Amino acid sequence: MRILVCISHVPDTTSKITFNSDHTEFNQSGVQFIINPYDEIALARAVELTEGTDGSITVINVGDASTEPTIRKALAVGATDAVRIDAAPRDAWFVAKQIAHYASEQSFDLILTGRESIDYNGSQVAALVGELLNIPSVSIVKKFDIQDREITIEREIEGGKEVLSTQLPVVLGTAEGVAEPKIPNMRGIMSARTKSLQVVPAVDVPVLSSISKYESPAPRGQVAMVDEVEQLVNLLHTKAKVL
Amino acid sequence: MAILVYVENIEGKFKKSAFEVVSYAKAIAQEQSTSVTALSIGNVADEELNKLAAFGASKIVKVDQEQLKQFINKAYAAVIAEAASKEQAHIIVLSNSFSGKGLAPRLAAKLEAGLADGAMELPTFSGNDLQVKKTAFSNKAFATEVITADKKVIAVNPNSHEPVRSEETPVIETLSPSVDAGDLNLVVKDIVRATDKISLPEAEIVVSAGRGMKGPENWAMIEELAEVLGAATACSKPVSDAGWRPHSEHVGQTGIVVSPNLYIAIGISGAIQHLAGVSSSKTIVVINKDPEAPFFKVADYGIVGDALEIVPKLTAAIQAHKAN
Repeated sequence: MRILVCISHVPDTTSKITFNSDHTEFNQSGVQFIINPYDEIALARAVELTEGTDGSITVINVGDASTEPTIRKALAVGATDAVRIDAAPRDAWFVAKQIAHYASEQSFDLILTGRESIDYNGSQVAALVGELLNIPSVSIVKKFDIQDREITIEREIEGGKEVLSTQLPVVLGTAEGVAEPKIPNMRGIMSARTKSLQVVPAVDVPVLSSISKYESPAPRGQVAMVDEVEQLVNLLHTKAKVL
Repeated sequence: MAILVYVENIEGKFKKSAFEVVSYAKAIAQEQSTSVTALSIGNVADEELNKLAAFGASKIVKVDQEQLKQFINKAYAAVIAEAASKEQAHIIVLSNSFSGKGLAPRLAAKLEAGLADGAMELPTFSGNDLQVKKTAFSNKAFATEVITADKKVIAVNPNSHEPVRSEETPVIETLSPSVDAGDLNLVVKDIVRATDKISLPEAEIVVSAGRGMKGPENWAMIEELAEVLGAATACSKPVSDAGWRPHSEHVGQTGIVVSPNLYIAIGISGAIQHLAGVSSSKTIVVINKDPEAPFFKVADYGIVGDALEIVPKLTAAIQAHKAN
């Protein structure tokens, strides 16, 4: 089985998010970048599926050279090889077009992405790639198993879950529950250095939308500390008007 | 040139988010001097469809075909695209629900439309361009997305736009879309839904608890409090990681992002990743025995004390309040 895992290079979850002075760009200085946590889950599941088989995992990232340490980490976790589409990722549409273009020239059985990236929270790439390749896609996948070429998928729905099945190939956006993220061991880190990391030029993509500015949330007011629950209930009723 | 809005139903009944998106579309239609056409897919009675008119839909298009009974994003995207073409709609609005997240991008790619997902306010227009504020960095920031493409898809965050009444006289039409059998290569085998549970992303009140509860055996009091409040239950990441609660209840940067009217955080210290997922809640109450817990810094109201003692008292106090 050939699996393509799409990884995004995102600010660490503990990062403070700030912008340049005119609020048009995210301020990257001093920010640690990591593999998007949901993509790590996808990668971990791909490693589980290919372990002890002749299957392969290709990781793909759309990014400039600064993302290579993130890609190497994915190789250390267990990917077979990697592809970097050499372009700054403009938005999910741009990224999905690059991935779909690359995947259309290969024959992957399974394409995995995280359910969303923790920077732009798009949840878009899995469904965009599915549509662009004209194959099924399932978003917010909590679990999946493959038997021959039949895949059974659990996806999250409001207040429950839905079980679906289809034939490979398919694109899945994975969420917590699919697998536990793996920490690279020393052997993995050493072998990652010699694994293939191919750099591919980007294809042209029309601009459909863009971000014009960012803003930080307004600071919340001072907390009102209360001693008694009755006082709290009274405040929630009379002042906050939520009860 | 109507605004097309896709409304989701659960077993033939519309969710609150359906009325939210119809109202949202109506506000755009008023700005653009046009009307709202609502599209419903599935087996929904006309009486239920008529409810959409009270929030601004003047035309309701229903698609009720056996093979489209279950949600298949690929097929639904094709149906919505077909309806958009028939209505000559350049703006399509839907909910950024769990299903919407898998549907909106497929629809946008099909139409080569610009997509603003996670929209949290009404858009503004300048010429042919549309601008809308959306969540970014898991609510640690917001971004203004400008859609310059001719066709525009907006996926509206649940709970970000209150349904507004705007009575219309509805016209109901039936659409029989040309669904290719190839579009149905996903099969829905089973749906398991806890019907008595309130959906977390749409809940107006969320009761959330963390490690301060000491163990899963103490969750009955959280559920009791939630029941009295008509709230959904949630938890912090360490709690779902420990298996005390299911992942589907995990709220935070790598879980579900919520924006209820009231968020009650019990025994949760307030790590930056958790705060990111709840910071857009309108009112935040924090109960924690550590007076230095970071969560108090972003709370509106706080109580210092042991959750196991305070929660039953709070439940009783709310019961007493409701009885009056």
